[in-house]
Amino acid sequence: MNKHFFSDMGVMLGRSMRHIFRSMDTIITVTIMPIAFMLLFVYVFGGAIQTGTKNYVNYLLPGILLIAIASGISYTAYRLFLDVQGGIFERFHSMPIARSTVLWGHVLTSLVSNGMSVVVIILVALIMGFRSTAGVLAWLAVAGILALFTLALTWIAAIAGLSAKSIDGASAFSYPIIFLPFISSAFVPTASMPGPVRAFAENQPVTSIVDAIRALLSGQPVGNGIWIALAWCVGVMLVAYIFAMRVYKKRV
Amino acid sequence: MQNLAIESKGLQKSYQQLHVLKGVDFEVEKGSIFALLGSNGAGKTTIIKILTTLLKYDGGTASVNGFDVASRPDNIRQSISLTGQFAAVDEILTGRENLIMIARLRHLKNPSQIADNLLDRFGLTDAADRRVSTYSGGMRRKLDIAMSLIGKPQLIFLDEPTSGLDPEARIEVWKIVKELAKGGTTVFLTTQNLEEAEQLADRIAILHEGRIIAGGTLEELKKLFPPAKVEYVEKSPSLEEIFLAIIGKKEQKVQ
Repeated sequence: MNKHFFSDMGVMLGRSMRHIFRSMDTIITVTIMPIAFMLLFVYVFGGAIQTGTKNYVNYLLPGILLIAIASGISYTAYRLFLDVQGGIFERFHSMPIARSTVLWGHVLTSLVSNGMSVVVIILVALIMGFRSTAGVLAWLAVAGILALFTLALTWIAAIAGLSAKSIDGASAFSYPIIFLPFISSAFVPTASMPGPVRAFAENQPVTSIVDAIRALLSGQPVGNGIWIALAWCVGVMLVAYIFAMRVYKKRV
Repeated sequence: MQNLAIESKGLQKSYQQLHVLKGVDFEVEKGSIFALLGSNGAGKTTIIKILTTLLKYDGGTASVNGFDVASRPDNIRQSISLTGQFAAVDEILTGRENLIMIARLRHLKNPSQIADNLLDRFGLTDAADRRVSTYSGGMRRKLDIAMSLIGKPQLIFLDEPTSGLDPEARIEVWKIVKELAKGGTTVFLTTQNLEEAEQLADRIAILHEGRIIAGGTLEELKKLFPPAKVEYVEKSPSLEEIFLAIIGKKEQKVQ
């Protein structure tokens, strides 16, 4: 490893964090939109939704967090795309720096910024009546799952950002991912869905991840579900990473 | 050998079917200004990308500051700087932050002192704390070049440094390039602008259809053409001269 890896990484992280804090729409989309969804579902639709739990905020929160992360990573793709197009990528690559930090800086920024929006959303949920019996270990497990989910999506974002031909293309990939939680157990129990939809919902990654987080937060046994959730996250992350590196090597 | 900043022999590069470089030979002496002339798509940027270790080549050999491009890219990156065709600056950061960022990435002491000195030298002090997205094309290019000077590289690549600039900014960039060469830095620049090559370059090479078809000093190139005929014409000022004269007068009045 290059001896300057950590200091170069620090510079790259500082740079893209500045980008985030200086563009209001990033902050709004990444935190306000999921919060609006949460308000909408709890105070408008929530009364009509039968989840078998008294506290709908508790039921809803895991899905909202995943939506927040899915919309957050589209900005990772966007920032990466701008770097490649603008030529600053080439400047960095022609300098005596730890080259991998150019890409890893964006990945780390994605983790940090999504972590921050997750914390903000949980605070708002607390105000709305979210309560958890989870202990420190369970919270750590939740953080771990969310971090893995973020990393998996970030590498998908890297593929999009590095290979897109236009700005729209760089962020469009995230729409289906943002939509996935709606066809899962995130908002309503899958049992209420008609056959084929239910089959899809129960076998797509978001449901297992949502269920695992929900079980951890409510202090219920997670069973085998958590391993399925982790397998999805790690699997998607590895495949996306391999493809992203392939696209990256082509660009460099 | 010792006095060569760049040596390229039989350099070849293809993009799929497209054979861009078909054996490019040239040498650049240390401390000189070398201009690579060529029309759009001639492969000037491809040559720069290869020499700055951004792109692999298919055949031939190239060395920069005595290091082989293919096998010693790390050594090359220590001693060069690239100012690409599109100003490679961070639009969201301020001018000062851009300079500090590059100084940090070059692991230099006192990044903010370095930034202040360069801002002063390039007349950007007033705009230092504004975001680069508010800069004019000329200011952006100046900042771009300033970023390339951090760490005092021996060799600077400028890919069409004045394309898209107004005449005033262009003359300012020319001045900067001349000063660099006076300080001993080797400058490799590409341009489509013949006047730019005439103004700046110690040696000029013309890239056409993948090969260097002519090279040498301006005098040597001029000898390739039949001797000039003496004609008497009334010389009317060019539009550029008029433009600069008016602008100059205006500035004098303001002062």
